[in-house]
Amino acid sequence: MQIDRRAIENFDWLYFGVVAALSIIGVLTIFSATRPMPGHAHAHYYIKQLVWMIIGIGAMLLIMKIDYKWFEALAPALYAVGLIMLVFVLFKGHMGLGAQRWVSIGGISFQPSEIFRIAFVLMIARQLSMAKPPIGVADFGRMMPLLVLLPLGLLVKQPDLGTAVTMGAVFFFTCLSRGMSKKLLIAIFIFAIVSTPFFWDIFWHGFLKAYQRDRLVAFIDPSVDPAGIGYHLNQSKIAIGSGMVFGKGYLHGTQGPFSFLPEKQTDFIFSVFAEEWGFIGSLVLLGLYFALLWRTLDTARKAKDAFGSTLAYAIAFMFAFYLFFNIGMTMGMLPVVGIPLPFMSYGGTSLLANFIAAGLVLNVRQRRFELFY
Amino acid sequence: MADHGNRTKKILIAVSAAFLVLVVRLWQLQVISGKELRKESEENRLRVVDIYAPRGIIYDRNGIPLVKNMPNFSVSVIPERLKTANIQGISALLGLDPAWLTRTLAAASRSVEPVKIKDDLSFDDLARVEARLSDFPELTVDVGISRDYIYGQTAAHLIGYIGRLTPAQAESPEYAGVSKNSFAGQWGIEKLYDKQLRGVDGKKLIEVDAMGREIKQVGEVPPKKGQDLTLALDIKMQMAAETAFANHTGAFVAINPNTGEILGFMSKPSFDPNEFVPSISAANWKALIMSDKHPMLDRVFQSAYPPGSTFKIITAMTGLETGIINTGTKFNCPGFFDLGNHVWHCWRHRGHGDISVHNAIVQSCDVFFYNVGIRTGIDPIAKYAKAFGLGRKVGLGLGPESSGLIPDTQWKEDVRKQKWYPGESLNCAIGQGYVLVTPLQMARMIGAVGTGGTFMPKLTFLKQPANAKPVDDPIPVHISQNTIDIIKSALAGVVNDPAGTAYRSRSSIVSISGKTGTAQVAAGVHAQTNAWFVAYAPSAKPEVALAVVAEKAGEGASSAAPVAKAAIEAYMKDIHPELDKTAAQKAGKAAIGNGASMPQMPGAFGNKTGIRIKKAPGAPANKSGNTAKNVRTGFGNKTGIPVRKHAATPAAENKNNAD
Repeated sequence: MQIDRRAIENFDWLYFGVVAALSIIGVLTIFSATRPMPGHAHAHYYIKQLVWMIIGIGAMLLIMKIDYKWFEALAPALYAVGLIMLVFVLFKGHMGLGAQRWVSIGGISFQPSEIFRIAFVLMIARQLSMAKPPIGVADFGRMMPLLVLLPLGLLVKQPDLGTAVTMGAVFFFTCLSRGMSKKLLIAIFIFAIVSTPFFWDIFWHGFLKAYQRDRLVAFIDPSVDPAGIGYHLNQSKIAIGSGMVFGKGYLHGTQGPFSFLPEKQTDFIFSVFAEEWGFIGSLVLLGLYFALLWRTLDTARKAKDAFGSTLAYAIAFMFAFYLFFNIGMTMGMLPVVGIPLPFMSYGGTSLLANFIAAGLVLNVRQRRFELFY
Repeated sequence: MADHGNRTKKILIAVSAAFLVLVVRLWQLQVISGKELRKESEENRLRVVDIYAPRGIIYDRNGIPLVKNMPNFSVSVIPERLKTANIQGISALLGLDPAWLTRTLAAASRSVEPVKIKDDLSFDDLARVEARLSDFPELTVDVGISRDYIYGQTAAHLIGYIGRLTPAQAESPEYAGVSKNSFAGQWGIEKLYDKQLRGVDGKKLIEVDAMGREIKQVGEVPPKKGQDLTLALDIKMQMAAETAFANHTGAFVAINPNTGEILGFMSKPSFDPNEFVPSISAANWKALIMSDKHPMLDRVFQSAYPPGSTFKIITAMTGLETGIINTGTKFNCPGFFDLGNHVWHCWRHRGHGDISVHNAIVQSCDVFFYNVGIRTGIDPIAKYAKAFGLGRKVGLGLGPESSGLIPDTQWKEDVRKQKWYPGESLNCAIGQGYVLVTPLQMARMIGAVGTGGTFMPKLTFLKQPANAKPVDDPIPVHISQNTIDIIKSALAGVVNDPAGTAYRSRSSIVSISGKTGTAQVAAGVHAQTNAWFVAYAPSAKPEVALAVVAEKAGEGASSAAPVAKAAIEAYMKDIHPELDKTAAQKAGKAAIGNGASMPQMPGAFGNKTGIRIKKAPGAPANKSGNTAKNVRTGFGNKTGIPVRKHAATPAAENKNNAD
């Protein structure tokens, strides 16, 4: 295969650098968070994450190579596979942390919802880019059942409330980015107002599991019981706050390794980072994420076609919601929902999905001029 | 696509706003609340653990330890696992009631410290818990320091016991800095000298994980061991006294009348202080409290008894000092005393005949003292009694003290709103009626008489250095040397004169002076008497003074005096070890040939050593030869009492009264 010089020239080194930096920071923070007790061996989380990072970067470069028009074409099929996996996990999945989110195929465990979200952004990008903007009530109503209600229902059933809420938000904001008719916006607004009291009861008692209700209660008042449901939140705030301006220093955090922070290497990885690197380090990290989002949005703006643009928007929203939900949660601004921090949280499937998403963005960016060749 | 670019700009602004919110929140947490949250994270991570200070050891005067420090193992549930503790498993492991455990843990659900669920583990329990600790990560075993009271019930009221801080103590500033989980003295010396004994608990700063497991030690403030205490108590004498006292109810207290040291201290029935450590079971406590013998009562100073005939010392002193009687004064005892409206009896119904003060004390004639009492009246008697500390609190600091009662006409008018009847003076003259004293007061009184009637040292539980000056509690009235000599001579006769009431309790190794008492406590058919004996020894220059009372135990001579003898002999052997050796030698040989160990003494008992030489009664002293050549042993004449100054020759009387 001949090396395409333009491809190399158009390769977005900045974007690559940002995601590589974030994932390396992730591995280092996982290393620190899982420091062992005296007399114990260091858990292998950081090594696994490093391996998944290499796999992820490979996958990212591979995805980048394949013209995204193929992904557009394959989107319905991928989406169907994604939905089948979500159904499959409900019946054959195994439990982890009170939810049925995992499946094992050939000895490898993975979370189908992480794979699904890639199929999801491809599918909504395809459907929304096909609709003529602004998107009207009829378009929206046609897309809702298959694109929103079915997958979100399956996710809530697992239950994976975090992913469901994020995907719903991604869909809505991607619609918004394409442009929505005033009528549709008003309709959605009225529907939301009218249905909230009606659905709240069903949602609260029917959909939510006890631990999810507890998390919401704990979010509203973390001091209800410091050792119980509010415990995670308080410990996370203590971790972040105790970093103060300059941090305790790398490998000097205490909240993570001493197990005060639960889920320290996954959902609360930001707390561990903020404890060790302080306000200054956190600003740098947020700066990297800002660069990621800005560059993704820039790609959306510059994309050569509607699908590429919509895809980049969808991915930008996906990164943004994961980021804001996760960090907002660790700082006690949002309820605890199990949402990982993109590129940093421990988790192979999640990391891989994010690299694939980044690969798609690189793909769109690299091919932004192809129309004029 | 201008429109497109515009939309992107809007989204970027929204994203920037969201980032700004995150940054503001970060600022709030890390910069504004940073210090506070840093502290919280330190508290999370660091735990202060008490290192209990070993308590000071309590020794007797010879350095014999009376208590031992013991490890005390307890099991607690760590605060992080209060809610997830395996109630059934723990209950089975430790033999606890699951319902109780559930309640205890629920009540302490907000505790940030480990919650103690079992104290004072046996070694079997400990081994079992240690072996299963990996199955019960919620449990931790703590080691504290507890006490073993080596002598059990012996001197228990004096030594006392320790226990967990009471809620009141935990609040009190006196116990500031004392860990909630440590022990404090709750009775006796343990309580009185708690501050010295308890030392200062140390602290260790450990880094813990979220499960409360120790990761490493960060810092340590070592504990300061409590001060050791050397008591004046002589445990050998104490044991001798307790053995001799047998199963009676009552008290025994011995002091050094020169220094105020408390040498022996017994209240019976007693209790086992080991039952109280670390805490007494409800059943045992109830048994102690409900017992009609009141073992928790410290009879040494909390019980006031009629002193009976031991009070005749005061009456005799009053008569002599007021000039009502002198050594030659004799009253006739026909066995009763008729005041016109009522007849008072002497204990010896056939009477003592004409009797002087010396023999009235030796033989404890009641009629003689009726005669003295009716002539002096109650007020002078009360004055001398009070001067010698009777009816007045001693102030040991061990707990509520009974003051006893020395009545006078004023008291009768103030309290009883009645006039004093002369007949009441008769009762009081022989230590009956309203008169009430504590054994401790009596020990002080007899000690003050033995040392010359001029001072009473302030009492102390602690052994005093050899050159220490006792704090004087001066006797506010002047007692003439003459009076003291007469009384001391008579008190020697009580024990050493064959006609003396305590002749059977004379000692072969030391001259004992004392006075018996047989005080009526219930009249009528079921008449019961408390047996008293107050004594000091050696007679000439006392080193020990004591009081014994045995409740409802018959006569002082038979129930109380032998206890005094056993105690005095044990003490004298202890402080003069040479007595022990010579006592084993055959009778007729001098117990002490070397008078240098004790200073020359004045007074009626001219024996150079103050220690009586054992020989057959009646054997002439000057024929005993040996080193005590010129020594009048006091056993040379028939009475055993050398005559001095105004003393009447008692030989005739003795003959008359010899039974």
